Amino acid sequence: MEFVGYLGDVFLPFNFLLLLLGTIGGLILGATPGLSPTMAVALLIPFTFQLAPAQGLILLGAAYTSTVAGGAVSAILLKIPGAPANIATTLDGHTMAQKGQGAKALQLSFLASAVGGIFGVLLLIFLTPVLAKWALAFGPSHLFWLAILGVTVIGTLDSSSVVKGLLSGCIGLWLATIGFDDIMGAQRFIFHPALGGGINVIPALIGLFAIPQVITMFAKGRASTAAEVIVVQKSPIKEAIAEVFKRKRALAIGTGVGSIIGLIPGVGGQIAGLVAYDQSKKFSPEAEKFGTGHSEGVIAAEAANNAMVGPSLVPLLTLSIPGSPTAAVLLGGLLIHGIFPGSDLFDNHPDVAWTFINSMLIGQVLMCIFGLYVAGLAASVARVPHSVMAAVVLGLAVFGSYSVQNSMGDVYVMATLGVGMYFLERFGFSAAPLVLGLILGPIAEANFIQGSMIANATSSITSYFFTGPLNLTLIAIVVASVGYSFWMELRSRRYTSKEEIMG
Amino acid sequence: MNDLPRNQHIIASGVVAAVGIWVTYVSYTQEPAAAFLFPRMISTVFVVLALWTFGKAVMGRSKVGAGLSAAAMKNIAPGLIVALIYIFWAARGLGFYTASTITFFILLSLYDPAPHAELRSWIKRIIITAGFLAVMYALFAGLLNVYTPREIFF
Repeated sequence: MEFVGYLGDVFLPFNFLLLLLGTIGGLILGATPGLSPTMAVALLIPFTFQLAPAQGLILLGAAYTSTVAGGAVSAILLKIPGAPANIATTLDGHTMAQKGQGAKALQLSFLASAVGGIFGVLLLIFLTPVLAKWALAFGPSHLFWLAILGVTVIGTLDSSSVVKGLLSGCIGLWLATIGFDDIMGAQRFIFHPALGGGINVIPALIGLFAIPQVITMFAKGRASTAAEVIVVQKSPIKEAIAEVFKRKRALAIGTGVGSIIGLIPGVGGQIAGLVAYDQSKKFSPEAEKFGTGHSEGVIAAEAANNAMVGPSLVPLLTLSIPGSPTAAVLLGGLLIHGIFPGSDLFDNHPDVAWTFINSMLIGQVLMCIFGLYVAGLAASVARVPHSVMAAVVLGLAVFGSYSVQNSMGDVYVMATLGVGMYFLERFGFSAAPLVLGLILGPIAEANFIQGSMIANATSSITSYFFTGPLNLTLIAIVVASVGYSFWMELRSRRYTSKEEIMG
Repeated sequence: MNDLPRNQHIIASGVVAAVGIWVTYVSYTQEPAAAFLFPRMISTVFVVLALWTFGKAVMGRSKVGAGLSAAAMKNIAPGLIVALIYIFWAARGLGFYTASTITFFILLSLYDPAPHAELRSWIKRIIITAGFLAVMYALFAGLLNVYTPREIFF
């Protein structure tokens, strides 16, 4: 119960102000189609440089939590999911809004998000310290395999093509080696002076997540934002609260599914929402009502995508392995303040760790309260033309990248990686494994070198890296995740071929 | 069936394969070898996967990815050119704020669905641009104290 001791820190005036700003800003950003939670958090990182580590993380954590929930606003009122995590919400949420129950749908979505989110953060609170202590048993070989696991799991599960996902991870791992070698001081792959110091993670993250969105908005040309915002009628909140607790099954399924999926690295909120929606439908006696504006659909989907947020940070805070692209961005936010996740975080910086986690807990409540008030404004922001949004994001990306080290080199790196990523994405490559490769590359290399030194002094490299129960377990998970994804890909291709044959 | 022209897949995977071959070549030929141990491991996997992908593209079996349509490229090209000029020349040449303002206004004019013939839409664009400049200046110069290149004007 160590976290209780740091609960008061969240309510310090400046910390609470940041939490409010992050929550309200996140709700508005989340409602904006095209601005994903990952991109919102990446663009916010430069604003945390001058803050204390805990304060910076409060801002980033609040933005992460509320962008996921804010995406429901445009999903319900515009039928455009603010983020992939809100796709399932559109199915019943928008139909409810069309029936004049927009306010009720929003209330249900924020209440379910808060319940799911609080449960998810509680899991984070109780699992993280235990796992962080357990992580002390990890040696260099285990950390090496964990880093490889992080890249392969996301590469295989988060991508539409297993080979291209793994290839994206390899590109990220290679990018991480650019610059001077830490041990020998040798120059590696420095083909431009801007790369002398290696690739800074923050500009790279901004480029990889923001620039492809900017170009995607360019691709829409001069098309207007034709989506019509449904006017929200007032609805008593008491009714929504009663409805949420009446639909306990949907709430429990959403919360449970979201929490479990959140713990699995690489499986995002999009899947959590859709799986929860599907399971809720299967177990509901009113299954036929799903898709016609049924409250259970909204509750299950929103509880799931917010329940996922807390557990998705467990691998990051315990093992330094980000389980999702947004967690990878948060890792970048930690590293710039010189804080390394894992047991070090809880032993040496408990104030930072617990204030951050507690702020996510309080943030869920604030998100629920403010979500209902900000929904109207957020829906209007969601209609901001692509032209304005693209230009704003481009400006923020350039200024944000430059402000990391006051270096134009970082801006060039950001732009090059961003433009490259856009074209790669068009051909099935994925940003998430590339980012994880970039972030986990140095961890993998440092532990590989350290492990090799130990192996040379004690046994052989093969026996050091390929024996022992923990090594073998991690290798088995790597092989299983790659094998499973290949099998799934082959199976879906076989089904597609059958469908093609059947006409 | 995938409508994407096979050539697009071949070019994209060919570029990735070329990078993979270069990375592998550098990893295995540069000294000191110890500094390139990890890059050698990665590049070996990288080049195998890249050549596999390239081979699939050549055989017309690349299915994943929506590719680029001519219409999308036509829409992207002007904005991308403006953005690249801004980033690689104007930001430093003209100063961040000046270049950002000009770029913002050009992008807005290029992609704003409002009719170009109406004076009202131009006034709106100028007001939005001025607002953008004010917010960026307040955030980065005022709040974060970031000193950006200021060549002309500010």
